[in-house]
Amino acid sequence: MSEKVLTLRGVVKEFEGQTILDGIDLEVEKGEVVVIIGPSGCGKSTLLRCINALEPIQGGEILLQGSPVKAGDKNLPVLRQKIGMVFQSYDLFPHMTIMDNITLAPRKVHKRDKAEVEREAAELLSRVGLADKAKSFPRQLSGGQKQRVAIVRMLIMHPEILLFDEVTAALDPEMVREVLDVMLELAKQGRTMIIVTHEMAFARAVAHRMIFIDEGRIVEEGKPDEFFESPKTERARNFLNMFRFQPASRS
Amino acid sequence: MDVSVLTEYLPLYKEAALLTVKLGLLGILFATVLGLVCAAVLYFKIPVLKAIVKIYIELSRNTPLLIQLFFIYYGLPKIGIRTSPEVCGVAGLAFLGGSYMAEAFRSGLEAIPLIQEESALSLGMTRFQTIRYIILPQAVSVSVPALVANVIFLLKETSVFSAVSLMDLMFTAKDLIGLYYDTTEALFLLVVFYLIILLPVGILGTILEKRARYAGFGA
Ligand SMILES: Nc1ncnc2c1ncn2[C@@H]1O[C@H](COP(=O)(O)OP(=O)(O)OP(=O)(O)O)[C@@H](O)[C@H]1O
Ligand SMILES: [Mg+2]
Repeated sequence: MSEKVLTLRGVVKEFEGQTILDGIDLEVEKGEVVVIIGPSGCGKSTLLRCINALEPIQGGEILLQGSPVKAGDKNLPVLRQKIGMVFQSYDLFPHMTIMDNITLAPRKVHKRDKAEVEREAAELLSRVGLADKAKSFPRQLSGGQKQRVAIVRMLIMHPEILLFDEVTAALDPEMVREVLDVMLELAKQGRTMIIVTHEMAFARAVAHRMIFIDEGRIVEEGKPDEFFESPKTERARNFLNMFRFQPASRS
Repeated sequence: MDVSVLTEYLPLYKEAALLTVKLGLLGILFATVLGLVCAAVLYFKIPVLKAIVKIYIELSRNTPLLIQLFFIYYGLPKIGIRTSPEVCGVAGLAFLGGSYMAEAFRSGLEAIPLIQEESALSLGMTRFQTIRYIILPQAVSVSVPALVANVIFLLKETSVFSAVSLMDLMFTAKDLIGLYYDTTEALFLLVVFYLIILLPVGILGTILEKRARYAGFGA
């Protein structure tokens, strides 16, 4: 039997009386890569933010390996250590070197030894091709490099599940690839991941399961090949069509 | 200008300058602490205290230091709180400076994007760790120019200390002019001593600002 890492049951999120997530049910197994797509404003970011309780939910429950993740709970920091998240905007700490950005949390949160953490950080950095950037500051890095550091900063906490929220959306096109490659590598290593992205080719390549959200609900889910070849719902079809370039027909 | 008068006055000015610096720095120190506390109350939106802090800031910013000093020196004894001129000067400066420092810290705190806090929290840091390692260092470096400006402003404000009979630089100059009519020499030394106090602060401030900018953001 496969192990469930994350379980969402009937998750409801409201902002100012407006329902943004309208009963989301989702189970993610260990080693599974789930890719979430959907139109802008459908609640993808909100869903990821709810999973690590950056947003409180108004209904349903979220379980990480059986433990409820709830905003305001005492053991929330402990649970969040097991949930890695990378955001769309480069969110490195600008006042610290790359090395300090990466080692701060393991040192302060896990109380790990500085030298030992720095060794692991150096190794992770070299794996994403940034071995020479340890002493640099975030401002000296390109967007793609910053996102790779953000991924390393998350990995060094050894999270059980990785959340990616459109991490390439703010990047120049030539930098998208280097970040996607890192994510593909993580998927190959068997990490449990939830990825929100607009990169359809990447989604198809990396996903074990596709989830299409519209207006705060899961409208369709399935294996990537089926989903992209023959989406069952009209809404998913329409959405996918926006990513296909068809010459405008002239009369 | 008579050099012999200058040398004669010099020791008096030195003493006065020491008093000005001593009371000035003490006042600024308390103002900074008060400012930090007020900024924290506003940042964490602590009920009741928040309202009190807001009233205090309005009061402090919209009344002249001279009036504040008079209130402390002549007003408070009427309700049984008697203070020495020194304590009065320090308290007045802290009361005035607290609101300016609070504003400087608050604007620093508000300049830090929410995503910084959220990234730290999602790494499993506690709220305290997030503030200690992520928010405060960045907020302070944003606040540095305003803090430096406040320090200079408050040091200049010490010139009204003479109103509560503190023998500071201003008092000494006025006193000497009244006694001997050596107006030129007395005023010259007054300017020189204020420059001696303020110039290093200004230079140090510029260096700090540059450092802070490098530690923080930008180029
Ligand atoms: N803090 C907030 N307060 C009020 N409404 C919010 C807040 N955050 C998000 N929303 C609303 O919730 C809805 C979903 O937002 P969300 O950011 O989750 O969408 P998304 O699917 O990630 O979109 P995108 O593809 O553009 O990133 C939007 O209508 C948005 O306006
Ligand atoms: Mg989004």
